[in-house]
Amino acid sequence: MPLSIDDLNSTQIDVLKEIGNIGAGNAATALSKMIAKKIDMDVPKVNILEFKNVPDLVGGPEIAVAGIYFKVTGDITGSIMFLLDTISAKQLTNLLMDRSESQDSLDDMEISALQEVGNILAGSYLSSLSVLTGLTLVVSVPSLAIDMAGAILSVPVILFGQVGDKVMLIETDFFEGSKHVKGNFFLIPDEDSFEILLKSLGVI
Amino acid sequence: MGELIKVGMADMNYISSPGVLTTLGLGSCVGICLYDTSTKISGMVHIMLPSSIQIKNNSNIAKFADTGIKKLLDDMLKAGARKNKIISKIAGGAQMFNFNDSSDVMRIGARNVIATKETLQALSIPIIAEDTGGNYGRTIELYSETGVLLIKTIGYGTKQI
Repeated sequence: MPLSIDDLNSTQIDVLKEIGNIGAGNAATALSKMIAKKIDMDVPKVNILEFKNVPDLVGGPEIAVAGIYFKVTGDITGSIMFLLDTISAKQLTNLLMDRSESQDSLDDMEISALQEVGNILAGSYLSSLSVLTGLTLVVSVPSLAIDMAGAILSVPVILFGQVGDKVMLIETDFFEGSKHVKGNFFLIPDEDSFEILLKSLGVI
Repeated sequence: MGELIKVGMADMNYISSPGVLTTLGLGSCVGICLYDTSTKISGMVHIMLPSSIQIKNNSNIAKFADTGIKKLLDDMLKAGARKNKIISKIAGGAQMFNFNDSSDVMRIGARNVIATKETLQALSIPIIAEDTGGNYGRTIELYSETGVLLIKTIGYGTKQI
């Protein structure tokens, strides 16, 4: 029977948390290089929680958020989602485009910038995972959606829902000066990939 | 208007009139509303996946179209609803992210809608209105006094079905 996230023991959870820490650290470094500014980061919070409670983390299921979604192929298959509230999305695009204020909605240029930064963050996250596990991982082009949190989150939750009732997410806070970007990474291995992942980490 | 009752993800509930059932931020999930036009007993279930078959972890029956709708109907009948007066309205089943290939995983919204329709047909419950598909989220509210289903979106307006 395939392993589900509900069955993990504390060692396995700790290892996954540590990957989350390293991945988020590398993501912050990549972001810092890209904008040529120092980026500070809080210690990422890695949570395993029931999917019912996930929308509350971003302020409720009806709050508008930006979700950037990637498919992962290679030795394991699955998906990654990077979720930002709209204020953080705006801050992030302002950082990238080196400006302080702009209108509320995101224009095409900003959406494109957001996809690109999502790409870099997800890529650096995955490469840490790849180095740690020795697995070959390939990430797809990003797909971005801005909509209600509940609706965006239904995608990773459904994917997780086929294997269990809990999701793993890595909450990361980036700072550049007064700009604060709060991002959530969801790591979603497919059914059989979870076991491969844990095996290659030597905790199964 | 009566009280407002929230139905979460993979959750269900039913009420007697007056009252409003709501589920917030439906994406690829489907919200199924059952409404008894005679007693005004109203039910809502928020399903995530098409079928409980072939899924090992299937203890939460509200998660699946096949088992969720059946259970909601049973509960409503026990509460005094009349089977031949029950109609349904459905909403949701969007595809939130677009990828070039149409793998099963990404088409989950469409598959949820198909499974919902098959289940309702098997239970002989007519679908009198639907707002499904697209690539955007929906919040739905079912008003038990009238049977009206209100659908709210970000950027795609509000409508009643």
